[in-house]
Amino acid sequence: MALIANSAKLRSYREELVDKKAKEGKKVVAICAGTGCNAYGSPKVVAAFREEIEKQGLSDKIEIKPTGCHGFCERGTLVLMHPEKQLYQRVKPEAVAEIVDRTLKGGEVLEEHLYDNPVTGEKHRTEHEIPFYKHQERLILGKNGEIDPTSIDDYIAMGGYDGLAKALEKGPEAVLEEVKKANVRGRGGGGFPAGRKWETCKNAPSDKRYIICNADEGDPGAFMDRSILEGNPHAVIEGMIIAAFTIGSDEGYVYVRHEYPLAIERLTIALAQAREWGFLGKGILGTGLDFNIKINRGGGAFVCGESTALMMSIEGKVGEPRAKHIHTVISGLYNKPTNLNNVETYANIPLILDKGADWYIGKGTKGSPGTKIFSLVGKVNNTGLVEAEMGMTLRQIIFDIGGGIPDGNEFKAVQTGGPSGGCLPASKLDLKVDFDSLWEEGSMMGSGGMIVMDDKTCMVDVAKYFLGFLKFESCGKCTTCREGLRRLHELVTDISEGKGTEETISLIEELCDTVEAGSLCALGTTAMNPVLSTLKFFRDEYMAHVKDHRCPAGVCKELITYEITDNCNGCMVCAKRCPEDCIAGEKKQLHVIDIEKCIKCGICKDVCKFDAVRVY
Amino acid sequence: MTVKFTINGVKVEAESGDSVIDTARRYGFDIPSLCHHQAVTPYGACRVCLVEITKGGRKKITTCCNYEVLDGIDVVTDSEAIHKHRAMVLELILAEAPDAEPVKKLAAKYGVNVSRFERPKAGAAQERHDCIMCGLCVRVCTEIVEVNALAFNGRGYNRGVGGPYLEAPQSCIACGACAWVCPTDCIGFVEEDGMRKVLKWDRELPMEKDEDGRPFAPKFQLHYFKEKFGLPADIYKKAPGTR
Repeated sequence: MALIANSAKLRSYREELVDKKAKEGKKVVAICAGTGCNAYGSPKVVAAFREEIEKQGLSDKIEIKPTGCHGFCERGTLVLMHPEKQLYQRVKPEAVAEIVDRTLKGGEVLEEHLYDNPVTGEKHRTEHEIPFYKHQERLILGKNGEIDPTSIDDYIAMGGYDGLAKALEKGPEAVLEEVKKANVRGRGGGGFPAGRKWETCKNAPSDKRYIICNADEGDPGAFMDRSILEGNPHAVIEGMIIAAFTIGSDEGYVYVRHEYPLAIERLTIALAQAREWGFLGKGILGTGLDFNIKINRGGGAFVCGESTALMMSIEGKVGEPRAKHIHTVISGLYNKPTNLNNVETYANIPLILDKGADWYIGKGTKGSPGTKIFSLVGKVNNTGLVEAEMGMTLRQIIFDIGGGIPDGNEFKAVQTGGPSGGCLPASKLDLKVDFDSLWEEGSMMGSGGMIVMDDKTCMVDVAKYFLGFLKFESCGKCTTCREGLRRLHELVTDISEGKGTEETISLIEELCDTVEAGSLCALGTTAMNPVLSTLKFFRDEYMAHVKDHRCPAGVCKELITYEITDNCNGCMVCAKRCPEDCIAGEKKQLHVIDIEKCIKCGICKDVCKFDAVRVY
Repeated sequence: MTVKFTINGVKVEAESGDSVIDTARRYGFDIPSLCHHQAVTPYGACRVCLVEITKGGRKKITTCCNYEVLDGIDVVTDSEAIHKHRAMVLELILAEAPDAEPVKKLAAKYGVNVSRFERPKAGAAQERHDCIMCGLCVRVCTEIVEVNALAFNGRGYNRGVGGPYLEAPQSCIACGACAWVCPTDCIGFVEEDGMRKVLKWDRELPMEKDEDGRPFAPKFQLHYFKEKFGLPADIYKKAPGTR
């Protein structure tokens, strides 16, 4: 027998939970247990807090809650103290006893754990004072810092499954209208309106329909979907149930990559709870809705994030895309109409049903309502997960939220949209970030990767890197992608090694054109973006490689030389660290690099404290 | 159900489920392809059959072997853009299979005599011997012969084709259907010293002899066919031509 029999019971259950929590009056300490903070040692911090609370007899006053990712990965382990959201950052287990004693018990603010703003030098006490958080609109991610992802009660207490209850009361037609009106666009990268997708799937004649959640996030440096699944799995489950109800499906899959063990673990727990509580199974919330969700673990092929390849993989076949002349909403998994959205898209759905489409379209831009989560990485001060309102400029995201470029270096480019996205230069920093504006500039939203590059980055090298990734991840089915990307990689490598000519560049452009027009799936048709966008915005840099055999950023090994300048005071550190033993020089005398032996690893430059190693 | 559409402005008809390429060829339009065969499921691998298809006012360049006919579409089988893309695709394929006569011939038709992409092969690529990964051998083996001896392995530029675990496929009956459909003739099918050999798969099977003592097919293949088609027990005793 399900715990929650109907919508009325859900509401009374929630009231009981809220009352109980109010009566207990516990102060909640939310400790980030996302993948980033886990790597910093957050489990030890959690254990230390629990031990100390026990020791000091505070168990009935303070609740220690490990949560999903709070986003500010740069400053982990993050300890967030509710209700005033005081944030201690970079907390180590050794500091816990003092924090419990002086802050939680004594109410004292420990300055050394506060965030110190590198730009202004100020110390900020609460989350909403910190620029990283202040400029964000955390509709989805905000709950990560409050919910214990292994507790369905936490989710329900915060209004969880209310969107589902409202949807069931409205009926499928009205829900569809609401989702269409909200114009929520696919967060997986395509930006296709979810409502229209649902409608086509709903109207496709069939006795069976499938719902799939694409959690095969594979872009290098991207961890948006992972953090939602790890931090708030019920939001995704709720979105999928609403989709199933609207479209008329009784079976769903979450396709999640095997490399996300924590996401799988938390999702498994959440699914079991949802079944026990009665949100999944037969007769959901006392209605005629039957729906269940299975987890399908992917082997880690990048191409399996492509919808048709993903469906092949669920069917137990090799994950190869097929042509989509007939869309998957008409004939998808096992040739049945299939609605596939990604994690973030589903997580938006309960919000829309709960607060209404009118509220939702008030956020973001006209063409792209709502927010988008970005993984802001690379050469930026505040690395982490960022949820920004659509229409924010790249400058606001990178400088206001991201805190700018570290080490006093200059901004050079930002790559949006993962490996198949484009690189945009400083002149595009005031571009408003939404689906259409990015397309127009030859980049894309993708699933929300944002890699910031500084002036020490070579754009030819960047194009080479992404082509190398894509040629390796191409499934190899079609000629243009398999051979085309291999040849593009060879040609760009030629340029980076000084073997290219102007003809190489025109051949690259010619080939890109055919790879785009002739490839079978989106992996191929977008793969040329990193090359074409760097050629468009950084052509001079390509020309320097081709004409002068010079890498202006000092990156391409074949074209650079290391030299020790007069700044050298003969400290001998570089000579000791050189793996090739090719730096000669006595103590307190100018050192010299043997160019013949030098492998250009750059260690001498990294270790020199006197800025005496020059690359030219 | 009959479907009506146009190819190069000519009104044509086909049955729903038919492919654009087969319909076009039936009407005498020349669309080149290296991975298509009417007997097996279209795969869309070689990308040589690119055409322009306008559907609902939207024009798109796409392959036509895996495009099922639809009412009201307009297909254009040749244009400047199509010619350019086909030439580039063929240039890529020619670099992969520089010695394959059918590829050389087709590429030459599109003005490609030398591939600008060809360079000395290394490692796994060296062993490929003109295979262009069209997958016809795999499809014939799976769909027609139904012994499932072959499959693709690897990914991207490391893609290969062969038996399970990269070994000689034990379920291969050496029937030679794969060699027959191969567009670059890179599989190698020989009969010598009473043995049938399919070179690319490293498969060798001894052949049965007919009443006159002439080897004519591997025992494994004969047994498979007899079982599959429910043939009489003495079928292979009778002289060829009277079976």
